[in-house]
Amino acid sequence: MHALVVAEASGGIIDGNSVAAVVAAKRAVGSGSVSMLVCGEGSDVKSAPSGVGKVFVAAGSGMKNPVAETLAPVVLKLQKENSFTHLLAAATTFGKNVMPRVAAKLDSSQVSDIVSVEGSNEYVRPIYAGNALARVKSSDAVQVITVRGTAFGKSEGDTTEFEKVTLTSDEENKLSSWESEQLTDSGERPELTSARVVVSGGRGLKSGDNFRLIEELADTMSGAVGATRAAVDDGYCPNDMQVGQTGKVVAPELYIAVGLSGAVQHLAGMKDSKTIVAINKDPEAPIFTVADYGLVSDLFEAVPELTSALKK
Amino acid sequence: MSLSRVLVGVKRVVDYAVKIRVKPDGSGVDKTNVKMSMNPFCEIAVEESVRLKERGLAQEVVAMTIGPSQNMDTIRTALAMGADRGIHVVCDQDLEPLAVSKVFQAVVQKETPQAVILGKQAIDDDCNQTGQMLAGLLDWPQGTFLSKLEVENDALKVTREVDGGLETLNLSIPAVLTCDLRLNEPRYASLPNIMKAKRKPVESIPVADLGVDIKSHLDVLRIEETPKRQGGGKVESVAELVDKLKNEAGVI
Repeated sequence: MHALVVAEASGGIIDGNSVAAVVAAKRAVGSGSVSMLVCGEGSDVKSAPSGVGKVFVAAGSGMKNPVAETLAPVVLKLQKENSFTHLLAAATTFGKNVMPRVAAKLDSSQVSDIVSVEGSNEYVRPIYAGNALARVKSSDAVQVITVRGTAFGKSEGDTTEFEKVTLTSDEENKLSSWESEQLTDSGERPELTSARVVVSGGRGLKSGDNFRLIEELADTMSGAVGATRAAVDDGYCPNDMQVGQTGKVVAPELYIAVGLSGAVQHLAGMKDSKTIVAINKDPEAPIFTVADYGLVSDLFEAVPELTSALKK
Repeated sequence: MSLSRVLVGVKRVVDYAVKIRVKPDGSGVDKTNVKMSMNPFCEIAVEESVRLKERGLAQEVVAMTIGPSQNMDTIRTALAMGADRGIHVVCDQDLEPLAVSKVFQAVVQKETPQAVILGKQAIDDDCNQTGQMLAGLLDWPQGTFLSKLEVENDALKVTREVDGGLETLNLSIPAVLTCDLRLNEPRYASLPNIMKAKRKPVESIPVADLGVDIKSHLDVLRIEETPKRQGGGKVESVAELVDKLKNEAGVI
Protein backbone atom coordinates (compact mmCIF):
# COMPACT_ATOMS: atom_id res chain seq x y z
CA MET A 1 0.00 0.00 0.00
CA HIS A 2 1.22 3.44 -0.91
CA ALA A 3 -0.24 6.76 0.13
CA LEU A 4 0.01 10.20 -1.38
CA VAL A 5 -0.75 13.21 0.79
CA VAL A 6 -1.71 16.32 -1.15
CA ALA A 7 -0.22 18.90 1.17
CA GLU A 8 -0.48 22.63 1.69
CA ALA A 9 2.50 24.70 2.62
CA SER A 10 3.49 28.28 3.13
CA GLY A 11 7.04 29.56 2.89
CA GLY A 12 8.33 26.03 2.41
CA ILE A 13 6.76 24.87 5.70
CA ILE A 14 4.14 22.11 5.59
CA ASP A 15 0.87 23.17 7.22
CA GLY A 16 -0.15 21.50 10.48
CA ASN A 17 -3.35 20.07 9.02
CA SER A 18 -1.37 18.46 6.20
CA VAL A 19 1.05 17.01 8.77
CA ALA A 20 -1.98 15.44 10.46
CA ALA A 21 -2.96 13.95 7.10
CA VAL A 22 0.50 12.35 6.91
CA VAL A 23 -0.03 10.86 10.38
CA ALA A 24 -3.38 9.44 9.20
CA ALA A 25 -1.78 8.14 6.00
CA LYS A 26 0.89 6.28 7.97
CA ARG A 27 -1.79 4.58 10.05
CA ALA A 28 -3.71 3.54 6.96
CA VAL A 29 -0.83 2.06 4.98
CA GLY A 30 1.09 0.54 7.90
CA SER A 31 4.50 -0.47 6.58
CA GLY A 32 3.71 0.94 3.13
CA SER A 33 5.19 4.14 1.80
CA VAL A 34 3.94 7.69 2.22
CA SER A 35 4.68 10.32 -0.39
CA MET A 36 3.67 13.95 -0.48
CA LEU A 37 2.69 16.39 -3.20
CA VAL A 38 3.26 20.08 -2.56
CA CYS A 39 2.61 22.99 -4.81
CA GLY A 40 2.78 26.73 -4.76
CA GLU A 41 4.57 28.02 -1.73
CA GLY A 42 5.71 24.56 -0.77
CA SER A 43 8.08 24.22 -3.70
CA ASP A 44 11.16 25.00 -1.62
CA VAL A 45 10.19 22.53 1.11
CA LYS A 46 13.28 21.47 3.06
CA SER A 47 11.78 19.16 5.63
CA ALA A 48 8.80 16.84 5.72
CA PRO A 49 6.98 14.97 8.49
CA SER A 50 8.90 11.83 9.41
CA GLY A 51 7.82 8.82 7.40
CA VAL A 52 7.57 10.71 4.14
CA GLY A 53 9.88 9.06 1.62
CA LYS A 54 9.27 11.12 -1.46
CA VAL A 55 8.10 14.67 -2.08
CA PHE A 56 6.66 15.64 -5.43
CA VAL A 57 6.84 19.34 -6.14
CA ALA A 58 4.36 20.70 -8.65
CA ALA A 59 6.08 23.62 -10.29
CA GLY A 60 4.87 25.98 -12.97
CA SER A 61 2.84 29.13 -13.15
CA GLY A 62 -0.57 27.60 -12.50
CA MET A 63 0.75 26.02 -9.33
CA LYS A 64 1.26 29.16 -7.29
CA ASN A 65 -2.45 29.33 -6.54
CA PRO A 66 -3.61 26.02 -7.94
CA VAL A 67 -7.28 25.64 -8.83
CA ALA A 68 -8.89 22.20 -8.69
CA GLU A 69 -8.99 21.96 -12.49
CA THR A 70 -5.19 22.31 -12.62
CA LEU A 71 -4.31 20.22 -9.60
CA ALA A 72 -6.66 17.24 -9.98
CA PRO A 73 -4.98 16.03 -13.24
CA VAL A 74 -1.59 16.20 -11.52
CA VAL A 75 -2.83 14.05 -8.62
CA LEU A 76 -4.46 11.60 -11.02
CA LYS A 77 -1.32 11.27 -13.08
CA LEU A 78 0.79 10.66 -9.99
CA GLN A 79 -1.67 8.04 -8.78
CA LYS A 80 -1.51 6.22 -12.08
CA GLU A 81 2.28 6.28 -12.35
CA ASN A 82 2.93 5.28 -8.76
CA SER A 83 -0.08 3.02 -8.08
CA PHE A 84 -1.02 4.88 -4.92
CA THR A 85 -3.73 3.07 -2.95
CA HIS A 86 -4.58 6.00 -0.66
CA LEU A 87 -4.90 9.67 -1.60
CA LEU A 88 -5.25 11.98 1.37
CA ALA A 89 -5.50 15.67 2.10
CA ALA A 90 -6.48 17.76 5.08
CA ALA A 91 -10.19 18.62 5.34
CA THR A 92 -9.43 22.29 4.74
CA THR A 93 -11.10 24.37 2.04
CA PHE A 94 -8.17 23.33 -0.18
CA GLY A 95 -8.60 19.59 0.41
CA LYS A 96 -12.38 19.74 0.33
CA ASN A 97 -12.21 21.50 -3.02
CA VAL A 98 -9.80 19.31 -4.92
CA MET A 99 -10.13 15.77 -3.53
CA PRO A 100 -13.74 14.97 -4.50
CA ARG A 101 -12.92 15.97 -8.08
CA VAL A 102 -10.05 13.47 -7.98
CA ALA A 103 -12.25 10.81 -6.36
CA ALA A 104 -14.96 11.11 -9.02
CA LYS A 105 -12.40 10.61 -11.77
CA LEU A 106 -11.26 7.40 -10.08
CA ASP A 107 -14.86 6.24 -9.51
CA SER A 108 -14.03 6.25 -5.81
CA SER A 109 -16.30 7.27 -2.93
CA GLN A 110 -14.43 9.80 -0.87
CA VAL A 111 -14.39 9.42 2.90
CA SER A 112 -14.62 12.98 4.21
CA ASP A 113 -13.21 14.47 7.38
CA ILE A 114 -12.06 11.28 9.11
CA VAL A 115 -11.28 11.42 12.83
CA SER A 116 -9.85 7.93 13.15
CA VAL A 117 -8.17 5.24 11.05
CA GLU A 118 -9.29 1.73 12.04
CA GLY A 119 -7.41 -0.22 9.40
CA SER A 120 -6.27 0.06 5.81
CA ASN A 121 -9.85 0.68 4.62
CA GLU A 122 -11.86 1.47 7.75
CA TYR A 123 -12.41 4.95 9.08
CA VAL A 124 -14.56 6.87 11.55
CA ARG A 125 -16.09 10.16 10.52
CA PRO A 126 -18.53 12.55 12.17
CA ILE A 127 -21.99 13.12 10.71
CA TYR A 128 -24.90 15.37 11.74
CA ALA A 129 -22.69 18.19 13.00
CA GLY A 130 -20.62 15.74 15.02
CA ASN A 131 -23.61 14.39 16.93
CA ALA A 132 -22.97 10.92 15.58
CA LEU A 133 -19.94 8.98 14.41
CA ALA A 134 -20.07 6.66 11.41
CA ARG A 135 -17.62 3.80 11.04
CA VAL A 136 -17.27 3.06 7.34
CA LYS A 137 -15.38 0.49 5.28
CA SER A 138 -14.30 1.41 1.78
CA SER A 139 -14.33 -1.12 -1.05
CA ASP A 140 -12.48 1.19 -3.46
CA ALA A 141 -9.14 0.15 -4.92
CA VAL A 142 -7.93 3.72 -4.57
CA GLN A 143 -9.25 5.36 -1.43
CA VAL A 144 -9.66 9.11 -1.34
CA ILE A 145 -9.76 10.60 2.13
CA THR A 146 -9.85 13.99 3.79
CA VAL A 147 -8.57 14.25 7.34
CA ARG A 148 -9.71 16.35 10.27
CA GLY A 149 -6.49 17.91 11.48
CA THR A 150 -7.41 18.18 15.14
CA ALA A 151 -8.08 14.43 15.42
CA PHE A 152 -4.56 13.30 14.60
CA GLY A 153 -1.54 14.12 16.70
CA LYS A 154 1.56 15.81 15.48
CA SER A 155 4.19 13.94 13.52
CA GLU A 156 7.06 12.28 15.41
CA GLY A 157 9.50 14.88 14.20
CA ASP A 158 10.61 15.86 10.75
CA THR A 159 12.88 14.37 8.16
CA THR A 160 15.12 15.92 5.58
CA GLU A 161 15.96 12.51 4.11
CA PHE A 162 13.46 12.38 1.31
CA GLU A 163 13.64 12.18 -2.43
CA LYS A 164 12.44 15.33 -4.18
CA VAL A 165 10.85 15.08 -7.62
CA THR A 166 9.88 18.22 -9.51
CA LEU A 167 6.90 17.90 -11.81
CA THR A 168 6.05 20.14 -14.68
CA SER A 169 2.44 20.01 -15.73
CA ASP A 170 1.85 19.62 -19.44
CA GLU A 171 -1.92 20.00 -19.32
CA GLU A 172 -3.42 23.37 -19.95
CA ASN A 173 -6.43 24.41 -17.90
CA LYS A 174 -8.89 26.21 -20.12
CA LEU A 175 -11.76 25.88 -17.66
CA SER A 176 -10.80 28.27 -14.92
CA SER A 177 -8.28 30.84 -13.83
CA TRP A 178 -7.24 32.27 -10.52
CA GLU A 179 -7.73 36.00 -10.33
CA SER A 180 -7.06 37.32 -6.84
CA GLU A 181 -7.32 36.74 -3.13
CA GLN A 182 -8.28 38.90 -0.21
CA LEU A 183 -6.61 37.33 2.79
CA THR A 184 -7.54 38.28 6.32
CA ASP A 185 -4.76 40.02 8.18
CA SER A 186 -4.76 38.48 11.64
CA GLY A 187 -1.60 40.34 12.63
CA GLU A 188 0.74 38.36 14.84
CA ARG A 189 -1.95 35.96 15.96
CA PRO A 190 -1.52 32.22 15.39
CA GLU A 191 -3.57 30.32 12.85
CA LEU A 192 -6.98 29.34 14.24
CA THR A 193 -6.82 25.58 13.76
CA SER A 194 -3.37 25.20 15.31
CA ALA A 195 -3.54 27.76 18.12
CA ARG A 196 -3.08 26.60 21.73
CA VAL A 197 -5.72 29.08 22.90
CA VAL A 198 -8.80 30.23 21.00
CA VAL A 199 -11.13 33.01 22.13
CA SER A 200 -14.40 33.13 20.19
CA GLY A 201 -17.13 35.73 20.14
CA GLY A 202 -20.76 35.58 19.15
CA ARG A 203 -23.64 37.92 18.57
CA GLY A 204 -23.48 38.98 22.22
CA LEU A 205 -20.58 41.25 21.23
CA LYS A 206 -23.20 43.43 19.49
CA SER A 207 -20.77 44.98 16.98
CA GLY A 208 -17.59 44.44 15.02
CA ASP A 209 -15.87 47.17 17.04
CA ASN A 210 -16.52 45.27 20.22
CA PHE A 211 -14.60 42.32 18.83
CA ARG A 212 -11.47 44.11 20.00
CA LEU A 213 -12.41 42.88 23.51
CA ILE A 214 -12.03 39.33 22.17
CA GLU A 215 -8.79 40.20 20.41
CA GLU A 216 -7.28 41.81 23.49
CA LEU A 217 -8.14 38.78 25.60
CA ALA A 218 -6.71 36.42 22.96
CA ASP A 219 -3.52 38.47 22.73
CA THR A 220 -2.78 38.13 26.45
CA MET A 221 -2.41 34.38 25.84
CA SER A 222 -1.01 34.53 22.29
CA GLY A 223 -4.28 32.99 21.20
CA ALA A 224 -6.30 33.00 17.99
CA VAL A 225 -9.68 34.63 17.51
CA GLY A 226 -12.75 32.73 16.37
CA ALA A 227 -16.39 33.58 15.85
CA THR A 228 -19.84 32.08 15.46
CA ARG A 229 -21.71 32.00 12.21
CA ALA A 230 -24.06 34.69 13.52
CA ALA A 231 -21.16 37.04 14.22
CA VAL A 232 -19.75 36.49 10.73
CA ASP A 233 -23.16 36.85 9.08
CA ASP A 234 -23.64 40.16 10.87
CA GLY A 235 -20.31 41.37 9.54
CA TYR A 236 -18.53 41.56 12.92
CA CYS A 237 -15.59 39.62 11.50
CA PRO A 238 -14.39 37.86 8.32
CA ASN A 239 -15.63 34.45 7.13
CA ASP A 240 -12.39 32.62 7.83
CA MET A 241 -12.89 33.11 11.57
CA GLN A 242 -16.04 30.99 11.68
CA VAL A 243 -15.82 27.96 13.96
CA GLY A 244 -18.40 25.22 13.50
CA GLN A 245 -19.97 22.47 11.43
CA THR A 246 -19.38 24.25 8.16
CA GLY A 247 -16.51 26.48 9.23
CA LYS A 248 -13.28 25.54 10.95
CA VAL A 249 -12.90 22.77 13.48
CA VAL A 250 -10.61 23.60 16.40
CA ALA A 251 -9.47 21.65 19.44
CA PRO A 252 -7.15 23.92 21.42
CA GLU A 253 -5.93 23.46 24.99
CA LEU A 254 -8.18 26.32 26.02
CA TYR A 255 -11.32 27.57 24.29
CA ILE A 256 -13.03 30.65 25.67
CA ALA A 257 -16.55 31.19 24.32
CA VAL A 258 -17.77 34.73 24.83
CA GLY A 259 -21.28 36.01 24.21
CA LEU A 260 -22.34 33.00 22.22
CA SER A 261 -25.21 30.67 23.05
CA GLY A 262 -23.67 27.42 21.82
CA ALA A 263 -25.78 26.33 18.85
CA VAL A 264 -25.24 22.70 17.84
CA GLN A 265 -23.58 23.93 14.65
CA HIS A 266 -21.02 25.90 16.67
CA LEU A 267 -20.40 23.13 19.20
CA ALA A 268 -19.53 20.84 16.27
CA GLY A 269 -16.44 22.95 15.67
CA MET A 270 -15.06 23.23 19.20
CA LYS A 271 -16.35 20.60 21.60
CA ASP A 272 -13.15 18.57 21.42
CA SER A 273 -11.21 21.43 23.02
CA LYS A 274 -9.38 20.33 26.16
CA THR A 275 -10.72 23.01 28.48
CA ILE A 276 -13.77 25.11 27.65
CA VAL A 277 -14.69 28.38 29.34
CA ALA A 278 -18.02 30.09 28.67
CA ILE A 279 -18.87 33.68 29.50
CA ASN A 280 -22.51 34.55 28.91
CA LYS A 281 -25.12 36.51 30.83
CA ASP A 282 -27.84 33.96 30.04
CA PRO A 283 -27.53 31.10 32.56
CA GLU A 284 -29.66 28.91 30.29
CA ALA A 285 -27.31 29.18 27.29
CA PRO A 286 -26.48 25.67 25.95
CA ILE A 287 -22.78 26.54 25.85
CA PHE A 288 -22.70 26.07 29.65
CA THR A 289 -23.59 22.38 29.25
CA VAL A 290 -20.24 21.72 27.55
CA ALA A 291 -18.16 24.28 29.46
CA ASP A 292 -15.77 23.18 32.19
CA TYR A 293 -15.92 26.64 33.68
CA GLY A 294 -19.01 28.71 33.09
CA LEU A 295 -19.20 32.32 34.22
CA VAL A 296 -22.68 33.84 34.16
CA SER A 297 -21.83 37.47 33.68
CA ASP A 298 -22.09 40.44 31.38
CA LEU A 299 -19.23 40.00 28.93
CA PHE A 300 -18.61 43.74 28.75
CA GLU A 301 -17.57 43.62 32.40
CA ALA A 302 -16.10 40.13 32.66
CA VAL A 303 -13.91 40.13 29.55
CA PRO A 304 -11.95 43.35 30.32
CA GLU A 305 -11.56 42.15 33.91
CA LEU A 306 -10.23 38.79 32.71
CA THR A 307 -7.88 40.49 30.26
CA SER A 308 -6.40 42.72 32.92
CA ALA A 309 -6.14 39.83 35.41
CA LEU A 310 -4.19 37.78 32.85
CA LYS A 311 -1.87 40.69 32.06
CA LYS A 312 -0.70 40.79 35.65
CA MET B 1 -25.30 37.33 -21.60
CA SER B 2 -27.80 35.25 -19.75
CA LEU B 3 -27.65 31.58 -18.90
CA SER B 4 -30.25 29.61 -20.80
CA ARG B 5 -30.92 27.18 -18.00
CA VAL B 6 -29.79 26.69 -14.41
CA LEU B 7 -30.17 23.31 -12.70
CA VAL B 8 -30.35 23.59 -8.92
CA GLY B 9 -30.09 20.60 -6.58
CA VAL B 10 -32.21 20.30 -3.45
CA LYS B 11 -31.74 17.65 -0.76
CA ARG B 12 -34.28 16.64 1.87
CA VAL B 13 -32.59 16.30 5.25
CA VAL B 14 -33.44 16.15 8.94
CA ASP B 15 -34.27 19.73 9.91
CA TYR B 16 -31.26 21.63 11.28
CA ALA B 17 -33.03 22.32 14.59
CA VAL B 18 -33.80 18.65 15.34
CA LYS B 19 -31.67 16.91 17.91
CA ILE B 20 -30.97 13.60 16.20
CA ARG B 21 -31.27 10.18 17.87
CA VAL B 22 -29.01 7.32 16.97
CA LYS B 23 -30.73 3.93 16.74
CA PRO B 24 -29.65 1.69 19.62
CA ASP B 25 -28.58 -1.10 17.25
CA GLY B 26 -26.06 1.21 15.59
CA SER B 27 -27.68 0.89 12.18
CA GLY B 28 -28.31 4.58 11.63
CA VAL B 29 -30.07 7.74 12.69
CA ASP B 30 -33.76 7.48 13.59
CA LYS B 31 -35.79 9.41 11.02
CA THR B 32 -39.29 8.25 11.98
CA ASN B 33 -41.56 11.17 12.88
CA VAL B 34 -38.67 13.59 12.58
CA LYS B 35 -39.15 16.98 10.95
CA MET B 36 -37.52 17.05 7.52
CA SER B 37 -36.62 20.19 5.56
CA MET B 38 -34.66 21.37 2.60
CA ASN B 39 -30.93 21.36 3.36
CA PRO B 40 -30.09 24.99 4.33
CA PHE B 41 -27.26 25.22 1.79
CA CYS B 42 -29.67 24.05 -0.93
CA GLU B 43 -32.03 26.91 0.02
CA ILE B 44 -29.15 29.28 -0.68
CA ALA B 45 -28.62 27.56 -4.04
CA VAL B 46 -32.30 27.95 -4.96
CA GLU B 47 -32.27 31.60 -3.88
CA GLU B 48 -29.20 32.34 -5.99
CA SER B 49 -30.69 30.61 -9.02
CA VAL B 50 -33.96 32.50 -8.70
CA ARG B 51 -32.11 35.81 -8.27
CA LEU B 52 -30.16 35.11 -11.47
CA LYS B 53 -33.47 34.75 -13.26
CA GLU B 54 -34.95 37.84 -11.62
CA ARG B 55 -31.90 39.86 -12.69
CA GLY B 56 -32.30 38.59 -16.26
CA LEU B 57 -29.11 36.54 -16.01
CA ALA B 58 -30.85 33.19 -16.34
CA GLN B 59 -33.86 32.23 -18.38
CA GLU B 60 -35.07 29.08 -16.67
CA VAL B 61 -34.48 27.55 -13.24
CA VAL B 62 -35.01 23.80 -12.90
CA ALA B 63 -34.96 22.30 -9.40
CA MET B 64 -33.93 18.69 -9.00
CA THR B 65 -34.09 16.29 -6.08
CA ILE B 66 -33.28 12.63 -5.59
CA GLY B 67 -35.18 10.56 -3.06
CA PRO B 68 -38.44 8.86 -2.09
CA SER B 69 -41.94 10.20 -2.71
CA GLN B 70 -41.68 12.61 0.24
CA ASN B 71 -39.04 14.55 -1.67
CA MET B 72 -41.90 16.05 -3.65
CA ASP B 73 -42.29 18.45 -0.67
CA THR B 74 -38.71 19.62 -1.18
CA ILE B 75 -39.29 20.22 -4.89
CA ARG B 76 -42.51 22.14 -4.11
CA THR B 77 -40.57 24.35 -1.71
CA ALA B 78 -38.06 25.15 -4.45
CA LEU B 79 -40.90 25.90 -6.87
CA ALA B 80 -42.56 28.15 -4.30
CA MET B 81 -39.28 30.04 -3.95
CA GLY B 82 -39.32 30.69 -7.69
CA ALA B 83 -37.96 27.73 -9.63
CA ASP B 84 -39.85 27.19 -12.90
CA ARG B 85 -40.17 23.44 -12.92
CA GLY B 86 -38.99 20.37 -11.06
CA ILE B 87 -37.33 17.04 -11.66
CA HIS B 88 -37.83 14.34 -9.06
CA VAL B 89 -35.53 11.38 -9.49
CA VAL B 90 -37.35 8.74 -7.48
CA CYS B 91 -35.02 6.58 -5.46
CA ASP B 92 -35.72 4.79 -2.19
CA GLN B 93 -32.16 4.01 -1.17
CA ASP B 94 -29.68 6.44 0.41
CA LEU B 95 -27.06 7.40 -2.15
CA GLU B 96 -23.42 8.31 -1.60
CA PRO B 97 -22.28 11.63 -3.09
CA LEU B 98 -20.55 9.74 -5.92
CA ALA B 99 -23.86 8.14 -6.96
CA VAL B 100 -25.68 11.46 -6.53
CA SER B 101 -23.20 13.17 -8.83
CA LYS B 102 -23.68 10.40 -11.44
CA VAL B 103 -27.46 10.88 -11.32
CA PHE B 104 -26.93 14.63 -11.76
CA GLN B 105 -24.56 13.96 -14.65
CA ALA B 106 -27.26 11.92 -16.40
CA VAL B 107 -29.84 14.68 -15.92
CA VAL B 108 -27.35 17.36 -17.03
CA GLN B 109 -26.85 15.47 -20.28
CA LYS B 110 -30.63 15.50 -20.82
CA GLU B 111 -31.29 19.09 -19.72
CA THR B 112 -28.05 20.75 -20.89
CA PRO B 113 -28.00 23.53 -18.27
CA GLN B 114 -25.27 26.16 -18.42
CA ALA B 115 -24.80 26.08 -14.67
CA VAL B 116 -25.52 23.59 -11.92
CA ILE B 117 -25.90 25.26 -8.53
CA LEU B 118 -25.72 23.16 -5.36
CA GLY B 119 -25.24 23.68 -1.64
CA LYS B 120 -21.65 23.21 -0.51
CA GLN B 121 -22.63 20.41 1.83
CA ALA B 122 -25.62 18.65 3.29
CA ILE B 123 -26.04 18.96 7.03
CA ASP B 124 -26.80 15.26 7.49
CA ASP B 125 -23.77 13.43 6.08
CA ASP B 126 -21.56 16.56 6.09
CA CYS B 127 -19.65 15.14 3.10
CA ASN B 128 -19.07 18.28 1.01
CA GLN B 129 -18.39 16.32 -2.19
CA THR B 130 -21.22 16.31 -4.71
CA GLY B 131 -20.53 19.55 -6.60
CA GLN B 132 -16.82 18.85 -6.96
CA MET B 133 -17.52 15.28 -8.10
CA LEU B 134 -20.10 16.39 -10.64
CA ALA B 135 -17.68 18.96 -12.03
CA GLY B 136 -15.06 16.22 -12.33
CA LEU B 137 -17.42 13.81 -14.09
CA LEU B 138 -18.54 16.51 -16.54
CA ASP B 139 -15.07 18.01 -16.98
CA TRP B 140 -16.57 21.37 -16.11
CA PRO B 141 -14.97 24.06 -13.97
CA GLN B 142 -16.02 24.20 -10.34
CA GLY B 143 -16.67 27.22 -8.17
CA THR B 144 -17.03 25.93 -4.61
CA PHE B 145 -17.99 27.64 -1.32
CA LEU B 146 -19.20 30.77 -3.08
CA SER B 147 -19.96 34.03 -1.34
CA LYS B 148 -20.43 35.97 -4.58
CA LEU B 149 -21.42 35.10 -8.14
CA GLU B 150 -21.24 37.41 -11.14
CA VAL B 151 -22.07 36.64 -14.76
CA GLU B 152 -19.64 38.48 -17.02
CA ASN B 153 -19.89 38.22 -20.80
CA ASP B 154 -19.25 34.57 -21.49
CA ALA B 155 -17.75 33.65 -18.12
CA LEU B 156 -18.52 33.53 -14.42
CA LYS B 157 -16.61 35.47 -11.82
CA VAL B 158 -16.88 33.80 -8.42
CA THR B 159 -15.69 34.72 -4.95
CA ARG B 160 -14.97 31.74 -2.71
CA GLU B 161 -14.76 31.47 1.06
CA VAL B 162 -11.38 29.87 1.75
CA ASP B 163 -9.47 29.24 4.98
CA GLY B 164 -7.40 32.39 4.71
CA GLY B 165 -10.17 34.73 3.58
CA LEU B 166 -11.62 35.09 0.10
CA GLU B 167 -10.47 34.04 -3.35
CA THR B 168 -11.74 35.14 -6.77
CA LEU B 169 -11.74 32.86 -9.82
CA ASN B 170 -12.96 33.10 -13.40
CA LEU B 171 -14.81 30.09 -14.73
CA SER B 172 -15.84 29.21 -18.23
CA ILE B 173 -19.47 28.29 -18.89
CA PRO B 174 -20.93 25.70 -18.26
CA ALA B 175 -19.85 25.33 -14.65
CA VAL B 176 -20.77 23.70 -11.35
CA LEU B 177 -21.17 26.07 -8.41
CA THR B 178 -21.58 25.34 -4.70
CA CYS B 179 -22.92 27.87 -2.23
CA ASP B 180 -21.57 28.95 1.13
CA LEU B 181 -23.52 30.73 3.84
CA ARG B 182 -22.81 34.32 2.87
CA LEU B 183 -23.94 34.11 -0.75
CA ASN B 184 -27.44 35.33 0.03
CA GLU B 185 -30.31 35.10 2.50
CA PRO B 186 -32.96 32.72 1.18
CA ARG B 187 -36.49 34.09 0.99
CA TYR B 188 -39.53 32.57 2.60
CA ALA B 189 -42.10 31.41 0.10
CA SER B 190 -45.27 33.51 0.24
CA LEU B 191 -48.66 31.83 0.42
CA PRO B 192 -49.65 32.86 -3.13
CA ASN B 193 -46.35 31.45 -4.39
CA ILE B 194 -46.90 28.22 -2.48
CA MET B 195 -50.29 27.91 -4.20
CA LYS B 196 -48.78 28.75 -7.58
CA ALA B 197 -46.05 26.15 -7.06
CA LYS B 198 -48.67 23.41 -6.99
CA ARG B 199 -49.41 24.08 -10.65
CA LYS B 200 -45.81 24.08 -11.82
CA PRO B 201 -44.70 20.96 -13.70
CA VAL B 202 -42.65 18.28 -11.96
CA GLU B 203 -41.25 15.36 -13.91
CA SER B 204 -40.76 12.13 -11.99
CA ILE B 205 -38.00 9.86 -13.24
CA PRO B 206 -37.39 6.43 -11.66
CA VAL B 207 -33.66 6.31 -10.94
CA ALA B 208 -33.39 3.01 -12.83
CA ASP B 209 -34.46 4.78 -16.03
CA LEU B 210 -31.29 6.88 -15.98
CA GLY B 211 -29.09 3.81 -16.33
CA VAL B 212 -26.62 5.04 -13.74
CA ASP B 213 -24.49 2.88 -11.46
CA ILE B 214 -25.61 3.85 -7.96
CA LYS B 215 -24.12 1.01 -5.95
CA SER B 216 -22.51 2.01 -2.69
CA HIS B 217 -18.75 1.87 -2.28
CA LEU B 218 -18.76 2.49 1.44
CA ASP B 219 -20.13 -0.02 3.90
CA VAL B 220 -21.47 1.74 6.99
CA LEU B 221 -20.48 -0.66 9.74
CA ARG B 222 -21.87 1.24 12.67
CA ILE B 223 -23.32 4.62 13.63
CA GLU B 224 -22.77 5.66 17.21
CA GLU B 225 -23.70 8.61 19.29
CA THR B 226 -20.73 10.86 19.98
CA PRO B 227 -19.60 10.56 23.62
CA LYS B 228 -21.13 13.42 25.60
CA ARG B 229 -18.82 16.02 27.00
CA GLN B 230 -19.05 16.48 30.74
CA GLY B 231 -19.63 20.18 31.27
CA GLY B 232 -21.79 22.32 33.46
CA GLY B 233 -19.12 23.53 35.91
CA LYS B 234 -19.60 27.10 37.10
CA VAL B 235 -17.43 29.78 38.61
CA GLU B 236 -18.71 32.82 40.48
CA SER B 237 -16.16 35.42 39.49
CA VAL B 238 -13.33 36.29 37.14
CA ALA B 239 -10.88 35.79 40.02
CA GLU B 240 -12.15 32.26 40.59
CA LEU B 241 -11.97 31.55 36.85
CA VAL B 242 -8.34 32.67 36.66
CA ASP B 243 -7.50 30.57 39.71
CA LYS B 244 -9.13 27.44 38.23
CA LEU B 245 -7.47 27.90 34.84
CA LYS B 246 -4.08 28.26 36.53
CA ASN B 247 -4.27 25.72 39.30
CA GLU B 248 -6.88 23.16 38.27
CA ALA B 249 -6.81 23.02 34.47
CA GLY B 250 -3.21 24.23 34.19
CA VAL B 251 -3.84 25.87 30.84
CA ILE B 252 -2.57 29.39 31.53
